[in-house]
Amino acid sequence: MIILKLSLKTINSPDIALLFVGDGVKGRIAELEEMARLCRIDIVKMTNAAGAGHPGGSLSAIDIMVALYGSILRFDTSNPNWEDRDRFIMSKGHASPAMYAILHQMGVLEEEDLLGFRTLGSVCQGHVDMKWTKGVDFSAGSLGMGLSFGLGCALAARMDSSERSTWVMLGDGETQEGQVWEAAMAANFHKASKLRVIVDRNRIQNDDFMEVQMEIGDIGEKFSSFGWDVKEVNGHDMAALVEIFRSVDCSEVGPMAIIAHTTKGKGVSFMEDKPAFHGKAPDNEELAVAMEELS
Amino acid sequence: MSAPSGSGASRDGYGKALLRLADDPRVVVLEADLGKSTKSCHFREQFPDRTVSIGIAEQNMMLVAAGMASSGKVPFASTFAIFTERAFEQVRNGIARPGLQVHICGSHGGIHTGSDGSSAQSIEDLSVYRSIPKMTVLHPCDDISTEELTVQLLELEGPSYMRTARNKVSRMYDEESKHELRIGTGSVLEEGKDVAIFSCGVMVEKAREAASALSEEGIECTVVDMHTIKPLDEDLLARLSKMCGCFVSAEDHSIIGGLGGALAEWMSTNSPIPLEMVGVKDRFGESGGSDELMKEVGLTSKSICEAARKCIDRKNVA
Repeated sequence: MIILKLSLKTINSPDIALLFVGDGVKGRIAELEEMARLCRIDIVKMTNAAGAGHPGGSLSAIDIMVALYGSILRFDTSNPNWEDRDRFIMSKGHASPAMYAILHQMGVLEEEDLLGFRTLGSVCQGHVDMKWTKGVDFSAGSLGMGLSFGLGCALAARMDSSERSTWVMLGDGETQEGQVWEAAMAANFHKASKLRVIVDRNRIQNDDFMEVQMEIGDIGEKFSSFGWDVKEVNGHDMAALVEIFRSVDCSEVGPMAIIAHTTKGKGVSFMEDKPAFHGKAPDNEELAVAMEELS
Repeated sequence: MSAPSGSGASRDGYGKALLRLADDPRVVVLEADLGKSTKSCHFREQFPDRTVSIGIAEQNMMLVAAGMASSGKVPFASTFAIFTERAFEQVRNGIARPGLQVHICGSHGGIHTGSDGSSAQSIEDLSVYRSIPKMTVLHPCDDISTEELTVQLLELEGPSYMRTARNKVSRMYDEESKHELRIGTGSVLEEGKDVAIFSCGVMVEKAREAASALSEEGIECTVVDMHTIKPLDEDLLARLSKMCGCFVSAEDHSIIGGLGGALAEWMSTNSPIPLEMVGVKDRFGESGGSDELMKEVGLTSKSICEAARKCIDRKNVA
């Protein structure tokens, strides 16, 4: 896979962006779908190796993240801490396997890093942590804080007259935290146009379906009522995701929320739409089945 | 030290310091609808483009500050001390854990805050922030020392919490003596061999009053302005434990976990000499005038005198 070898900073240069024009789009979409498949394998393997972690929400988020990193996010794999990179704030930090998988597929992390997930001294901490992992922009783990952090990144970028964007991924259950709406209010007030939120709308939280625990309702409508521009997308349709990210990247509107409708555990049949796999790792038998399905 | 004159509130020193810090373009200020009280309002007037109004949303403020710090800014975020506590977990997880250089100022700390009542009188802030790894915790006494120590925060690599107070107190420093102030180093205001009184914030003035009264009884006191609660100046503690043989702590804060608690932790391991603690004894405050409230809960120079006599007696019995 050529994409695995390329720096995404290079991929996202204007010349390479021409690949998206005409028939080239189809080729790139297939590459990204392949990358997502490899990320899914990483996710099930590392959670199995750790005997812990959150595969369900990682599998629901991974297509979105591959589409974002593979299309418009300005990120240099050879220099993950490049000052003027776009920021990706993984607010739903328990989906850390998705973050580590994509960093692995881009060549920032090694396979052995992934297999050390959640063990003492590993760069792959249980929840994403900017102190431990190069290429990670936020120390998450406590839900509801990432949008505020992203707003801070966006305001700093504006003060620096930088064009860099800030992307924040929220879980839908996470929007039950009041701080998310404090940040939503402030982002609109401060006209943070380069701030973009993606909500992984997989409808399941830790204990059960959201409709049982605490249904949030129409999240897009709520962001809209806070003055945000809102788009909705199928969070597993790579072509649709790339199209929406490219259109948002070129626009100055915002702040913008993209509600990505997803399936928890997507890609592994026995995990799909199952609350049990929010925070449970596959055992060895389950890993074998998952690997067969993903091969 | 030369004799300082006049009076000043520590929060005014914070406001002045922000203006001095403005020369550094990295410095930004965050407010949560209390800029007129914390005195960040002066920075806002002159540098509106570098001031972020967050509204009444302290949890959001802490993480916006963290995001800005991760992008190369040095944020100074302020609100009332008690309302910073609302965002304790945000400070712990969002600022301190990744080691971001965010400087939090909690004004109107302590019983001294007065008639707003117990909901506004933070008596546990020093304790909770002291428990966070790698967090610097300050509580200066007057406007001049607050200004000086706030300016020094710019050179600090990690996060900090500074408590300031609402009302004016007698100045302990002047334009000359302020240059001796250093974060992490207790300031010895008076030296005497019988007892060392460690105080912070508005209680520094009371400690000096107590030392003056005790000197008339022939008791020689050391008085330390312990403006830095963490990191604790262990070298000073070691020197004074040998010289004086007993300590008194004096703080407008709970005796649980604050300055007195920090001294007790150090002493129990390093130098088990008598300690008497003057502070808030596991109770909430109430509405009232600042002075009458301080008397009500025992935060007076008289209480410090009694504590000093008691601990000297304990030392002599031992």
